[in-house]
Amino acid sequence: MSANVAAAAKAAPSSDGTPAISVKDLRKCFGDHEVLKGISLEAHKGDVISILGSSGSGKSTMLRCINLLETPDSGEVRVDGELIKMRRGRDGHQVPADIRQVERIRANLAMVFQSFNLWSHMTVLENLVAAPTHVLKRPRAECLEQAEALLKRVGIWERRNYYPPHMSGGQQQRAAIARALAMNPKVMLFDEPTSALDPELVGEVLRVMRSLAEEGRTMLVVTHEMGFARDVSSKVMFLHKGEVDSVGEPKEMFARPPTPQFKQFIANFNK
Amino acid sequence: MGFDFYLSTMWNVLKALPLTLEIWFFGIAFGLIIATGLTWLRASGYKLGEYFTRAYVFVFRGSPLLVQLYLIYFGLSQFDFVRHSPILWAILRDPMYCTIVAMALNTAAYESEIFRGALRAVPVGQIEAAKAFGMPAFTRFRLVTLPIALRLALPAYSTEIILMTKATALASVVTIMEMMGTAQKIQHDTFRPIEVLTCAGVIYLLLNLSIARLFAWVEHRLSPHLRPPPEQRQLIKPVPEVL
Repeated sequence: MSANVAAAAKAAPSSDGTPAISVKDLRKCFGDHEVLKGISLEAHKGDVISILGSSGSGKSTMLRCINLLETPDSGEVRVDGELIKMRRGRDGHQVPADIRQVERIRANLAMVFQSFNLWSHMTVLENLVAAPTHVLKRPRAECLEQAEALLKRVGIWERRNYYPPHMSGGQQQRAAIARALAMNPKVMLFDEPTSALDPELVGEVLRVMRSLAEEGRTMLVVTHEMGFARDVSSKVMFLHKGEVDSVGEPKEMFARPPTPQFKQFIANFNK
Repeated sequence: MGFDFYLSTMWNVLKALPLTLEIWFFGIAFGLIIATGLTWLRASGYKLGEYFTRAYVFVFRGSPLLVQLYLIYFGLSQFDFVRHSPILWAILRDPMYCTIVAMALNTAAYESEIFRGALRAVPVGQIEAAKAFGMPAFTRFRLVTLPIALRLALPAYSTEIILMTKATALASVVTIMEMMGTAQKIQHDTFRPIEVLTCAGVIYLLLNLSIARLFAWVEHRLSPHLRPPPEQRQLIKPVPEVL
């Protein structure tokens, strides 16, 4: 843990101890089904938190509640100490009180999706430039320059004028990561970034994510990649049936599973 | 004689083409404006707006365009308030305006359904990505939802435009001498229906062919992402283009 803290301090010196993301007692129901039963989480600058759990454990929903793609029923989300304000809607459910605030916060929390969700009618370069120019209002030339640099970094610069459907899944996901990086986000949210990929393409995406972790980026990663969780992340969080089952330092967690559920979970993966 | 007659009929009918195009153009232009309004009303989430658009589509899609045209041209002038209103009467006493109004109202019903379907068919993930990057609703609509929806709507929309081209022929029943009206007059004068109607039919065919080609070209320009990538283009047999 101490090594990671040092790396974090080097990459993103945080003057105060304000967590980059702080989630408190998050609850969410879909109809009668309670998906999140009071989840709390804290991510400091430079943390790479792997969120594990079997399907239906609520890990994706939790991630989507952080940038309000899902609206939590209760609980609070703070980004860089700023509370996302909520109010009661007419039907009694919570709704964001100030959509401008949500949009501003979302711009700081770039998300990478399981199914890439690159805008299919735009070329890769246009995908990378769209949000920085229209949301952050940065000059187009500057965005293009940054976009090309990012594409070089993720290794698909020669595909910059391709349309997403013309690329392999791994290339699309790397483009999606570059699109997220183009926003210079404070925190990156990964929602099962390798689950839709062919096994031989997983490696190229994980390599990019590993390099991001190494440069001290704050990342929340919902994943089924045990190797990534164990070797790259600074913290592992295991969700079970909508609750935080266990949290801890990855090597320790994998060496000595703290709960029978987590033990069972990793045993299934090692089969 | 036969060939000369074809030639002169062709020429006489063609002279009415500008009038046909005028009805066609203003009909679809106003229709598009109304359809946009209807689509917005339907998508806005107001219950009242939704009921109104449903009723509108029910009426204008459910009844023949000819009935609508007769009602507007012959029917509305029965009302005193229409005849005494300077604006309404200026529009409704003119068969040309009446045809354009009827066509616009009619096509708007179809188009609003086309647009509604296209908007609903935009993949959720594409919109979610725009949300996740902090795009405000209007930016999201302009950069992501609308461009994708337009591409989805285009094939059905082009069909509707072609239907409207043919519908301009109905203007002939309210005394307008556009292509069909002209053809009918020649037919009455000469009693040679086969030649005359063939000429008219061929001109409509060629007109629709150009419209279809135009839309196919626009569609082609807008969908490079749906065709194989450059280096595979020779290997894959291209999907045949429409017309």
